[in-house]
Amino acid sequence: MKLWVKGFSRCALAAATALAAAGSAAAQETVVGRPTDGAIGLQPAATQVAADVHDFHTLLMVIVTAITVLVLALLVWVVVRYNRNANATPKKFTHNVTVEVIWTIVPVIILVVIAAFSFPLLFEEERMPDGNGRFPAPTVTIKATGNAWNWGYDYPDYGVEGVIANMLPEEEAVPELYRLATDNPIYIPVGETVRILVTSNDVIHSWAMPSFGVKEDAIPGRVNEGWFKVDQPGAYYGQCSELCGTRHAFMPIEVRAVSRVEFEQWIVSQGGQLTVAPVEGAAVDSADRPS
Amino acid sequence: MTMLRADAGHYGPADHADHRPSPWNPARWLLSTNHKDIGTMYLIFAIFAGVFGGVLSGLIRWELAEPGLQVFNGTSLLGGFFTAGNEHNYNVVVTMHGLVMIFFMVMPAMIGGFGNWFVPLMIGAPDMAFPRMNNISFWLLPVSFALAALSMVVPGGSMGTGFGGGWTMYAPLSTSQQLHGGPAMDLLILSLHIAGISSILGAINFIVTIFNMRAPGMTIHRMPLFVWSVLITAWLLLLSLPVLAGALTMLLTDRNFGTNFFNPAGGGDPVMYQHLFWFFGHPEVYILILPGFGMISHIVSTFSKKPVFGYLGMAYAMVSIGFIGFIVWAHHMYTVGMGLELEAYFVAATMIIAVPTGIKIFSWIATMWGGSLDFKVPMLWAIGFIFLFTVGGVTGVLLANSGFDTLVHDTYYVVAHFHYVLSLGAVFAIFAGFYYWLPKMSGLKYSGLLGGIHFWLTFIGVNVLFFPMHFLGLQGMPRRYVDYPEGFSYWNSVASYGYLIMGAGTLVFLYMLLDTFVLRRQKLDAAHNKNPWGEGATTLEWTLSSPPPFHQFNELPVIAGDEKH
Repeated sequence: MKLWVKGFSRCALAAATALAAAGSAAAQETVVGRPTDGAIGLQPAATQVAADVHDFHTLLMVIVTAITVLVLALLVWVVVRYNRNANATPKKFTHNVTVEVIWTIVPVIILVVIAAFSFPLLFEEERMPDGNGRFPAPTVTIKATGNAWNWGYDYPDYGVEGVIANMLPEEEAVPELYRLATDNPIYIPVGETVRILVTSNDVIHSWAMPSFGVKEDAIPGRVNEGWFKVDQPGAYYGQCSELCGTRHAFMPIEVRAVSRVEFEQWIVSQGGQLTVAPVEGAAVDSADRPS
Repeated sequence: MTMLRADAGHYGPADHADHRPSPWNPARWLLSTNHKDIGTMYLIFAIFAGVFGGVLSGLIRWELAEPGLQVFNGTSLLGGFFTAGNEHNYNVVVTMHGLVMIFFMVMPAMIGGFGNWFVPLMIGAPDMAFPRMNNISFWLLPVSFALAALSMVVPGGSMGTGFGGGWTMYAPLSTSQQLHGGPAMDLLILSLHIAGISSILGAINFIVTIFNMRAPGMTIHRMPLFVWSVLITAWLLLLSLPVLAGALTMLLTDRNFGTNFFNPAGGGDPVMYQHLFWFFGHPEVYILILPGFGMISHIVSTFSKKPVFGYLGMAYAMVSIGFIGFIVWAHHMYTVGMGLELEAYFVAATMIIAVPTGIKIFSWIATMWGGSLDFKVPMLWAIGFIFLFTVGGVTGVLLANSGFDTLVHDTYYVVAHFHYVLSLGAVFAIFAGFYYWLPKMSGLKYSGLLGGIHFWLTFIGVNVLFFPMHFLGLQGMPRRYVDYPEGFSYWNSVASYGYLIMGAGTLVFLYMLLDTFVLRRQKLDAAHNKNPWGEGATTLEWTLSSPPPFHQFNELPVIAGDEKH
């Protein structure tokens, strides 16, 4: 089972790499974290957590596709074999203890198998890394505040406050990025664990970044915590994911993952100071990603 | 009014005359205490509400057919006939589509319509236990619907006309004086209170009827499965709706009387509202589907000419679905930050529901196994139901896992999932039941050709409409979006074409009604008057004439010892 999942993980990684390569060939800046028209699967994973969710999704899809095909096959069989013309005299049985026990026990076993993969993934997503596990402890903290209808960002470690990100107007945006791009993208250092604190000023919003595997509701009076460690530089896009009123569809999220140096330049350009910034873990690159 | 009252006495439960009163006398309907007339009114009401909710979804698909604002852009539509308004009005339409379909279409059709018509017939009772309460249960609904419709056109607050906070009405969006300060939300609260009272009264009526009015010999374990399903549904209504009423009342006082139940600035908690809402909301989704389970069992058995497989397993699978339905509510709230242990519990509890649901799916197939299948129109809908409900069910298993749900929470994946179990599950069950019982209710034949065309157009349409929403959700498209980036265009346009196909199917359905009741009016021939479906149809309603006498079972039927339905 373990090997099997590993195989999927490799396929997913290969696909992600191929897509990323195609993207970088098309544009100077690697854009990986946005929807692709006509696509039928998940957005390429930009974090290890998202890649793990992809593997889990693949496992679940194999299981549920098998179940659906089984039900369809049984239906086709009864339609073909037991229609009025093929079977004029109906049988009258109403019980069969053996099959009833089987179709109760087998689903339970399948669910136990799913749970065995589901819970570790949930714990990985929800537990803030402390540096002792697979992921380094967070080196950057971002506070995201939902407003009707834009996002405000603070970097308390660096004294950066009140970065307001509005949707980029249609005339300024690249057509395929309109409704995704903001006038004030936020920057994160690539290869470092980033802690994100999410709250709201008014109604409930949700800070969602599909390619990171992160979605945290922004609820007034409450601070939700999430984290991500982006392995490849690029521009990543997300959208508000809790109905918040008229312009719910127009408060996107844009995150640029850049090198530590570029990140610090951006911090300074936003009026922040670098003196208090911890830099350990800055050298970590995508090579630490287990294959 | 006195005249109406006199007429009511004439048509009241004391009247034992066998003649059928004229349908043109308004008192027969306004003051009806007859379960079949009330059931008919519920069904007509549900058809109207379904068309209304369907038109609203048409506006949604029109808007989402391509990126940009097509409909909700402030300009007038249909040659200046009306203005759809702005992005807020899109949210109003989405909100009303959900509420209308749930409270005014599926619930009235299944519980009020088929429940009223066939629970007394199937248990061999002359009527419901409380016929006058049955009347008020129905007549509260049009009042509730009028209030909800009115809320669409009165001021909602600074964002515009109507309430645009979704059918879930999450605080603080629904309590914000700044955004939703107008009377629209208050009208909606009143509307849902009244709908809730209507459903609670109906639920009490069903529970009392089923517990006390079964014909001699019909023990609990000999009740037809549809009666089982309505009994369980009634308990779910009775236990969950008061919680909704409490949450709505707290919204009302937060909005108008200065309380702070859901306002963090006053020590309240917006997440508390979500817990209360979903404690009602999750049982509610089983309320919408359980009567369908019951109907599908009868239809599959009838057209396989074979008794239901695993009767007790089927009944207790529904009981356990109903019970577990009360302890899984927070899987709607995985992203609120509820804490790891709690989340893990809700993952485990939610996945368990797959077991009794699987028992039902496999038992339906086992009922067909070895049978002699006749693909009449109701059977087409029933087989379609079994497959599509399976598809909706397995995506439910995916969503149950919080680790995966993080990616698709509040996206079109969820929209696809609940439309597969409701729009393709509950609605297919309703149409299956409608085509199954239409000859019984009316005494008329319908065109199998029209029913078949309706089925195939709907089957193709809803799949083209809802299957691509899985892809949109996986790509990350959030729900309740009036506009979307170009990366979501392709599948959205496909979905909108699916709506047109399904809409054509609905027109065929309406034409089928016209054909059956007006154009053709072909009565069932005498040989098949009681039972047009043959040996497979074994429940008590098929022992009566079609349509059944105005008052049936004046002498109670006696159920033989080992007879099972």
